[in-house]
Amino acid sequence: MSNEEIAISVNNVVKSFRIPLEGSSGLKQKLINRIKGRHGYRDFKPLNDISFQINKGDFFGIVGRNGSGKSTLLKTIAGIYSPNSGSIKVNGTLVPFIELGVGFNPELTGRENVYLNGALLGFSRSEITAMYDDIVSFAELDDFMDERLKNYSSGMQVRLAFSIAIRAESDILVLDEVLAVGDADFQRKCYEYFMSLKNNKRTVVLVTHDMSAVRQYCNRAILIENGEILKAGHVEEVAQEYQKLFLHNDESSQNADDDSWGDGGVEIKNVKVKPNNDTIRISATFKATKDIEPPVYGFTLFNKSGTDVLEGNTIKERTKTAPVSKNDSVTIEWEFPNILADGTYTLSVACCDESVTNYYQWLNNAAEFKITKDERTSGIVDPKIEVTIK
Amino acid sequence: MKLSNIFSKRNRVLLRELVVTDFKLRYQGSVLGYAWSLLKPLFLFAIMYVVFGVLVRLGTIEHYAVYLLLGIVLWTFFSEATNQGMNSILARGDIIRKINFPKYIIVISTTISALVNLTLNLVIVAVLMAFNGVDLHISALLLPLYIIELYVFALGLSLFLSALNIKYRDTGHIWEIIMQAAFYATPIIYPLAVVIEKSQIAAQVLMLNPVAQVIQDARHALITEETITPGQLFSNPLFVLIPFVIVITTFIVGAVYFKKNSRFFAENI
Repeated sequence: MSNEEIAISVNNVVKSFRIPLEGSSGLKQKLINRIKGRHGYRDFKPLNDISFQINKGDFFGIVGRNGSGKSTLLKTIAGIYSPNSGSIKVNGTLVPFIELGVGFNPELTGRENVYLNGALLGFSRSEITAMYDDIVSFAELDDFMDERLKNYSSGMQVRLAFSIAIRAESDILVLDEVLAVGDADFQRKCYEYFMSLKNNKRTVVLVTHDMSAVRQYCNRAILIENGEILKAGHVEEVAQEYQKLFLHNDESSQNADDDSWGDGGVEIKNVKVKPNNDTIRISATFKATKDIEPPVYGFTLFNKSGTDVLEGNTIKERTKTAPVSKNDSVTIEWEFPNILADGTYTLSVACCDESVTNYYQWLNNAAEFKITKDERTSGIVDPKIEVTIK
Repeated sequence: MKLSNIFSKRNRVLLRELVVTDFKLRYQGSVLGYAWSLLKPLFLFAIMYVVFGVLVRLGTIEHYAVYLLLGIVLWTFFSEATNQGMNSILARGDIIRKINFPKYIIVISTTISALVNLTLNLVIVAVLMAFNGVDLHISALLLPLYIIELYVFALGLSLFLSALNIKYRDTGHIWEIIMQAAFYATPIIYPLAVVIEKSQIAAQVLMLNPVAQVIQDARHALITEETITPGQLFSNPLFVLIPFVIVITTFIVGAVYFKKNSRFFAENI
């Protein structure tokens, strides 16, 4: 791959921090430690020999558990931390959003904060003046701009910050968990913005532990655990590997393989797919091997190229489930309009606990089926489209 | 810390925003607002004038009131610039941990805020000069040069102290003590002649301090030629250069130390 196509190249990066043991950063402690022959700190290495490349136009996901080192990696890429060894090369301008509204000051008015935050993101005064009205109307804060920020609700602050952030015109955007804040309406705006970034082929690095966001936007991802890359490449593989991290380390998890994994609390059987021209009906039987709280049942449909076409689960469809006693079985049936395009599909079926952190079982390739339509289409779905000529 | 970067467009914009913000925030919520920038040195001047100009007369010098005020105003600038410069990196920790930009902009912005205050205070000095009927000489044009010298000295110290303050939080306390001692070791409230009467060498040592040199030279240029400048005190002209050497050395050492440490500010704050 030629150098022009690489946006960020991370080579053997090691980052360690010295954590002071006594929690003091004073001269006295330094002297005492010197006399007693102690270091007075311990080394903590959140990044241990990390290497990967991000291409131009990638929507690149960095996932990992809390404390895995993913935020340190992000800050190192953003140039906030400098690595102890190794190198990071960035082609083009980079704006990080470790947090929205950097430099926001509660004592300043909304207007003053827009200029201050804008300056930190690299905008000149005239550039901000030119887009000021757009920023304000997008944030829906027209009547509040001359009030001090401390009188804003937290939602208003986030809206204002986000409204400035999306104006950033840098070559590379680095985003950290921005999705975690705001109400449903704000999150929808976030999604729209992410979609536009994806469609415009902007280079984006997204750090998150929201696997549905990773699946939806990213084309490549890495999984970080204990400062090392555990899995790199295909988004679906990385997302599943991430979910496997939350398995309890009991004996049943040892049979986890690529096709099936989970703590074994549920066995998935009799997965059937009955497609006809109008609807597709999926059914599966879940047998509990222990008493479980009301679980979540779900499936994901993949097409031949591995793209997830659609998913259904009892949370999304707002279906109440009941606790299942040991050795009892539950059969779930899903039915939806056959909007699928011509082709071969595979099905993954899963059952997890209510918080979607512990998977009882995830079964890949649970079933395979063919859809045959009269016309082939280039899209991934092929719903019936009414045409009216007026 | 390339010079071209210091004045790149992006950095200039940021510097301007930080200075403006600093100024807006300084007296936020106080009734008199910006007036405090002027009132504080005025009150200090009033106290000093009553104590040392009226009650205890330390030597005789013409236009003592203006002479005293100019000294206080310059000292206030130096003290404000170094104190706020020293704390500036720590105070802006929230930004440094979130975004990457040249950290020296923060130190420059706080010292420039102090410079803006100095300019306002010099207006008061001008008013008092007119009041006292001080004749303005052509030498008054030298004042900006002395102020630049003092600014470079304060900036160099601020760069050094702000980086040191990240490593050792004791820095602030130590600097406070040094500044208190330095206030009395600098001929601000007393004319230098008082020291010379006791010991010529002591006076010479005091005048190696760049702040003392700037204050004396500025007084000489602006107020009265009675002021004893380093040029008159030292027979060897090489000694006159020492304060300037100290200023330049301090600036270089401060900038290098700051640059070396600034890479690790984000993780150490």
